[in-house]
Amino acid sequence: MATNENEAPHGTAMGASSDPVGQAEELAPAEVANENPSQGAAAGVTAPVSSPVADPADHDDAAGYYTTGDPLADTSAPAGPIERRWTERVFNAKLVNPANRRRLSVIVVGTGLAGSSAAATLGEAGYHVDAFFYQDSPRRAHSIAAQGGINAAKNYKEDGDSVYRLFYDTVKGGDYRARESNVYRLAEVSANIIDQCVAQGVPFAREYGGLLDNRSFGGVQVSRTFYARGQTGQQLLIGAYQALERQVAAGTVKTHARHEMLELVVVDGKARGIVTRDMVTGEIETHLADAVVLASGGYGNVFFLSTNAMGCNVTAAWRAHRKGAHFANPCYTQIHPTCIPVSGEHQSKLTLMSESLRNDGRIWVPKNAEDCDKDPREIPEEDRDYYLERIYPSFGNLVPRDIASRQAKNMCDEGRGVGPMVGDQRRGVYLDFAEAIERMGRSAVEAKYGNLFDMYARITGEDPYATPMRIYPAVHYTMGGLWVDYDLQSSIPGLFVAGEANFSDHGANRLGASALMQGLADGYFVLPNTIRDYLADGPFPKVSEDDPEVRAARANVQERIDHFLSVNGSRSVDSFHRELGHIMWEYCGMERSAEGLRTAIEKIRALREEFWRDVRVLGTNDSLNQALERAGRVADFFELGELMCIDALHRRESCGGHFRAESQTPEGEALRDDENFAYVAAWEWGGESGAPILHKEELEYEFIEMKQRSYK
Amino acid sequence: MNLTLKIWRQPNGSAAGEMVTYPITDVSEDMSFLEMLDVLNERLTAEGQEPVAFDSDCREGICGMCGLMINGVAHGPEVTTTCQLHMRSFSDGDVVTIEPWRASGFPVLRDLAVDRSAFDRIIDAGGYVSVNTGAAPDAHASPVPKENADRAFDAATCISCGACVAACPNGSASLFLGAKITHLAELPQGQAERYTRVLNMVHQHDLEGFGGCTNIGECTAVCPKEIPQDVIATLNKDMRHALWHRV
Repeated sequence: MATNENEAPHGTAMGASSDPVGQAEELAPAEVANENPSQGAAAGVTAPVSSPVADPADHDDAAGYYTTGDPLADTSAPAGPIERRWTERVFNAKLVNPANRRRLSVIVVGTGLAGSSAAATLGEAGYHVDAFFYQDSPRRAHSIAAQGGINAAKNYKEDGDSVYRLFYDTVKGGDYRARESNVYRLAEVSANIIDQCVAQGVPFAREYGGLLDNRSFGGVQVSRTFYARGQTGQQLLIGAYQALERQVAAGTVKTHARHEMLELVVVDGKARGIVTRDMVTGEIETHLADAVVLASGGYGNVFFLSTNAMGCNVTAAWRAHRKGAHFANPCYTQIHPTCIPVSGEHQSKLTLMSESLRNDGRIWVPKNAEDCDKDPREIPEEDRDYYLERIYPSFGNLVPRDIASRQAKNMCDEGRGVGPMVGDQRRGVYLDFAEAIERMGRSAVEAKYGNLFDMYARITGEDPYATPMRIYPAVHYTMGGLWVDYDLQSSIPGLFVAGEANFSDHGANRLGASALMQGLADGYFVLPNTIRDYLADGPFPKVSEDDPEVRAARANVQERIDHFLSVNGSRSVDSFHRELGHIMWEYCGMERSAEGLRTAIEKIRALREEFWRDVRVLGTNDSLNQALERAGRVADFFELGELMCIDALHRRESCGGHFRAESQTPEGEALRDDENFAYVAAWEWGGESGAPILHKEELEYEFIEMKQRSYK
Repeated sequence: MNLTLKIWRQPNGSAAGEMVTYPITDVSEDMSFLEMLDVLNERLTAEGQEPVAFDSDCREGICGMCGLMINGVAHGPEVTTTCQLHMRSFSDGDVVTIEPWRASGFPVLRDLAVDRSAFDRIIDAGGYVSVNTGAAPDAHASPVPKENADRAFDAATCISCGACVAACPNGSASLFLGAKITHLAELPQGQAERYTRVLNMVHQHDLEGFGGCTNIGECTAVCPKEIPQDVIATLNKDMRHALWHRV
């Protein structure tokens, strides 16, 4: 167990090889048991059973909301043995003579793990790189907040791990909705990431012998997760940031702090630049290049409340989507059961706590709604409903995270939630350690969970040793994103997408400690190798600032800004964003139904119309104007939110993070429909007034057999 | 609770600023300090007044974007980031002054937002290990004693918020600088450039207008990550070594 006295908040002591605390914001304890033999069906479940529908015409709940386009295929991945594909692609990708690289320019948007590592590596190669970010320093991107760790198939523990096993676990964890080639490559380059980071001076946890420590994480049976206490994301990002700043000093990379990308410039069918706004002076700038890389993160903030940073937004990706980049699987979102609940209407974001808390805490709500505002300690045992233990006696509090999340919401919807009233209900359930403290002793609970308890106490002002914690689920990660091929190139030539902003590696659900792996794999190793194949044909003809496409992009940006500043309506940007988030959470959150999604689409359309007509943005463009920045982002969230609902509506199956009420097993588990939905849904922008166009990329599993997830 | 806020308002970097008083009512003790400012901004917007500009991003104490002088103390009365400070640390009727970081190295952009790009330029001067992507040996090639790895980690937890500078009577960034020097000096990977690094980074620190360190310790009193003052000792030790050996 932990021996280090200097534990960082919600971290694990370095050197403690099996301490579950801090492991995991992504680890559902029960998922470890997924591979175990059946323990019998859960009793007392009343969930409806539905079997996959056979007739495709029958299951199109979203008919009328979209049109269907041509099927899509990833043509850049080589065929043949999977372990040879990446080697072959790297070999076949054209080379660029070092002297020519200086004449080639690349724009990188976003400086999280994917963006910083890509910009640094392209700079080292000798390309001319411009990096843009909305924060005041590249090191502040939200990768910094990742806690748990980073997976790599190093097999340092000699416990049977391998590239193939990491590949297998990731495909299975993604509920068979990811591309095999991409995932195999991710597993293949994972080991190089650790080498690179250590060489940069990333202070990973070490054992007393001086070698790197690993832990098991994310529902797997091998120890392949490298970590730096509970701040792995921070340490990896600082490593990438320092590599980036080294290139700034070398003159290969130029950074543009407090610059927000507001439009993509597409000339002759190729991505050739971006239009940005300098957030301090308001200046609208055009930046042109031979290729553009978007590494702008996920879109969880469409829900307003999420574990994302305040500034995380979809604008860069969405503007690219409107210019022709397909947006894939937007409905795949990941929700975490153990966040600190909302305390009131003022809430601005949600904070995650390690899911390992469920190993020892017991989850309950009062049996009677009238007890909900009582001091929990005064509610007698017989009046408590340990609902997970009741509904799922085999797994109890350790059911997978999506089930734990959904049931918490069900309890609150029944009026049995606890904590402060927020809107019309209490949104929280108890996570009680009284029994654990009695069983293990307070000091053992402190050693295991002390840093999490401290964090909880700081935020809520309550002492979790004395009174039960309150928890509630929150949006955490988005698996969907811009569609890319094996080269990470989008459907617009010259536009590449890396990290959480693309859709490619996690399928319908991401495993713990895999986000950091993917961001760095894309940025350090994949993209620099694939983009050169594209750049080898450059430099492309010079684009003039007077080019009609450039002028149109700038005019579009200016028009939107002018509009927001001139509406002078009655409602603030945040009030609209909050309301949009509420609709998304209610109807496109943990559980989605055809009826709910149709309602959501109507509500979003009405609210969007009101937003454009009645938003109030004060001040001017020529200074730091945070309401103006947010107005543009919320405008794009409206359009994305609608597409997410349409995607969720058309996918009448449950898979990974997408749960359709109409498609579940008797135990309430997600029930996939491989016959009808084993494809990537890549959506094409249908124009201002047109419906989105669906392109299907069929997923073929040549190496891994598709199985129904089961936690029995 | 009801509070009286006195907030620094400054339209832009070149304009003059002033303290403006805003009463605020019905503040919940569960709000974070920044959520209290969000509520103020919503009310100002409703009244047709421009909201107060301030920086924040992750709001979970790790990105280092937020930072305010609250009643004259960097990040306010608790040892944490401004975003993790909650209103239960205040009482009904309190007068709360809110100012931006005060240091010549951090010019004001607007209201409470400042420009900390000087920190990036100090890192540019040498706060890294020169290793290109793909050039790394196996991660287990150089074992690192746990003691050194732990100290490197403790120093590397710096979030670059700038509170140390804001708190220092000399406006010195020595804690920030010492943290990076110590992080890399504790690891075998950082040895090759150890002494050129310290010379170049200190030089840049001075160029940016940050003051010298006189071991007052105000920096460590406000550091939300509790970076220990001995990182400055390491900085000075390495600096002496570099100068003595004329690196």
